[in-house]
Amino acid sequence: MKGTEKKASVKLRSNFDSVELAERFFHSVIDQSRIQDSDSHRMEMAVRESVINAIQHGNGCDESKQVELSISVTPAKITIWVRDEGHGFDAGSVPNPLEENNLLKTSGRGIFIIRSFMDEFSVRRVPNNGSEVVMVKRLSSNSNSNSR
Amino acid sequence: MQLKTRKIGEVNVVDINGKITLGEGNIILRDTIRNLLSRGEKKILLNLGDVTYIDSSGIGELVSSFTTTTNQGGQLKLLNLTKKVQDLLQITKLLTVFEVFTNEGQAVSSFK
Repeated sequence: MKGTEKKASVKLRSNFDSVELAERFFHSVIDQSRIQDSDSHRMEMAVRESVINAIQHGNGCDESKQVELSISVTPAKITIWVRDEGHGFDAGSVPNPLEENNLLKTSGRGIFIIRSFMDEFSVRRVPNNGSEVVMVKRLSSNSNSNSR
Repeated sequence: MQLKTRKIGEVNVVDINGKITLGEGNIILRDTIRNLLSRGEKKILLNLGDVTYIDSSGIGELVSSFTTTTNQGGQLKLLNLTKKVQDLLQITKLLTVFEVFTNEGQAVSSFK
């Protein structure tokens, strides 16, 4: 599988114009891999939400800091890394937006959406260099062939 | 995002076209709702049939529109959810909060 891996990275400024750039970059990398539309949309949302979090909460909208988006595509899965230069966060401490008290809150759904749309999600501290979100979407052979 | 408001009886139907996302889309929606409420227009039906994309920030704006309207004694309901929007409102449990319609006539006549 390693021989068929396609991997690409881009560094983005910490402003919200970068969010659409991140989405376009994502599509430029995965388009050739023939993903189902619904999976593509879900991954696009995961990229969007994680890049917004990295800009806003990770880098504090400090334009001197960068967000690095990396994507790996293999026949079996798509892996997405979003790295910022912030102090990281504990994904486990994010309030559950489905709890009754949180249902009408106007924010706090980004991580939940990513977890719902991706097969794997984790956050790790990068020593001396911020934090990194790692997201994986597994691709069934069916999902590859359906869109051909 | 483009937004157009029309009136059917006492109900203000807001036709939204495009993305409800962080930034411009959210601001336009927020301003429209505030404008309607400031004029005493408290029966609002958001037609989302031509919404192509909504992110967590856009969902937050829908919730904000709902609570702002409700707190002022009004009603805000949703019409014509696309599959993508429906999925998002489903997983975030917000379909239990919003009143949702697929037929404009039924939606309009549901306002008290």
